[in-house]
Amino acid sequence: MADNVFIALQNNAEAQPIIAAIAADNPDAVVNASPGMVKIDCPGRLVIRRTSIEAGLGRDFNLQELHLNLISLGGNIDEDDDEFVLSWQR
Amino acid sequence: MPIDLKTTSIEPLRKTFDHIAEKLGGDKPATRYQEAVWGLQPQLNFHYRPTWDQNHALYDPSRTAIVMQDFDDLVDPRQYYYGTWTIQRGRQQDAQERNFERVEKRDLLAGLDAVWRDRLTRFVLPMRHVAWAGNTNNSAICAYGYGAPITAAAGLHMMDELGVAQYISRIGLVLDENETTLLDVAKDAWMTAPMWQPLRALVERTMVTQDWFELFVAQNFVIDGLLYPLVFDRFDARVVAHGGAAFPMLTEFMVEWHAESARWVDAMLKLAAAESAANRQHLESWLAQWLPAVAGALEPLAVFAFGDTAALHDVTADLRTRAGKLGLGA
Repeated sequence: MADNVFIALQNNAEAQPIIAAIAADNPDAVVNASPGMVKIDCPGRLVIRRTSIEAGLGRDFNLQELHLNLISLGGNIDEDDDEFVLSWQR
Repeated sequence: MPIDLKTTSIEPLRKTFDHIAEKLGGDKPATRYQEAVWGLQPQLNFHYRPTWDQNHALYDPSRTAIVMQDFDDLVDPRQYYYGTWTIQRGRQQDAQERNFERVEKRDLLAGLDAVWRDRLTRFVLPMRHVAWAGNTNNSAICAYGYGAPITAAAGLHMMDELGVAQYISRIGLVLDENETTLLDVAKDAWMTAPMWQPLRALVERTMVTQDWFELFVAQNFVIDGLLYPLVFDRFDARVVAHGGAAFPMLTEFMVEWHAESARWVDAMLKLAAAESAANRQHLESWLAQWLPAVAGALEPLAVFAFGDTAALHDVTADLRTRAGKLGLGA
């Protein structure tokens, strides 16, 4: 779909809490697991919340740590300390 | 000749171990923490009763009044297993080591005035004996407890308490240019000074407390929950105001560690209380018993360190609020 945004992360132990947080915060998101990679597609807008990741991870999390396991993403980024949002709106 | 590259996706037959999947309610990817602690508790085939305790099996859930449907539910929110814990503590140790080095090299505590140096010796340094008791008590929780999540975390907590005792000893060495005179003075205060005796008696009482969950409440929630804010927050601030600006550099680990481990301690109480009304009653009665006892034992020490008991009343009120937030009346 043309207005889907996506984020692709490495499928490893560190990324699991991030993937779980994204799936929980974005009910419309579709999680596609491939070998070594998880690609999450979502119509319109996808939000990654720091607090949700911290809850699953059990420690403080800096959203910049996302990049350690990030493969690719599609969408315009709106980022602050608490949220990392992908969408096609400007 | 064009080469066509194809990828084949191989779906793993299982995402985790069967006993983890059973606990998770389905074959889902589990965290390393979950795989490290769940299902680790030996439960079967204890052929003989231990000679030192004929009334219990070697590992026995009935060594505490707390009843859990599944002791594997008492999970650590910090998700510490050996790997994550050593990485985190290694980092903190590096930082703390640099702090000690800096204070020693530049003699940053030289400006501390004599009265406060003496107070620090008699009030903070004997704390290493309390921290050592914390080490022993958590060792007991680890040994007699049931369920790997809480006993494993108690094992890590045990080593942390020992680390705190060692850091306090090093403060004594730093103050004394590597002589042990001040540590001897502190040991003597711990053994003979009247103001330390109520707390020393109480600490010795924790060491013969049989119920390991009661011991958990007494040591990790009440004793540490009152002492750490009192000594490493309130008293720190006073030392800073009297020429010991570098002192908090030496206690940074204690402050950080207490805030972090309090999350684990709180989670244990919350989970146990949520399990049943009977559990909640046990926890509340232990709190009602230990909190006034510890606060009372700290009174002469607070008067010595601060001149009055205002700071002690503050931290006691804070601890009651903390218990209240966990749904426990205290």
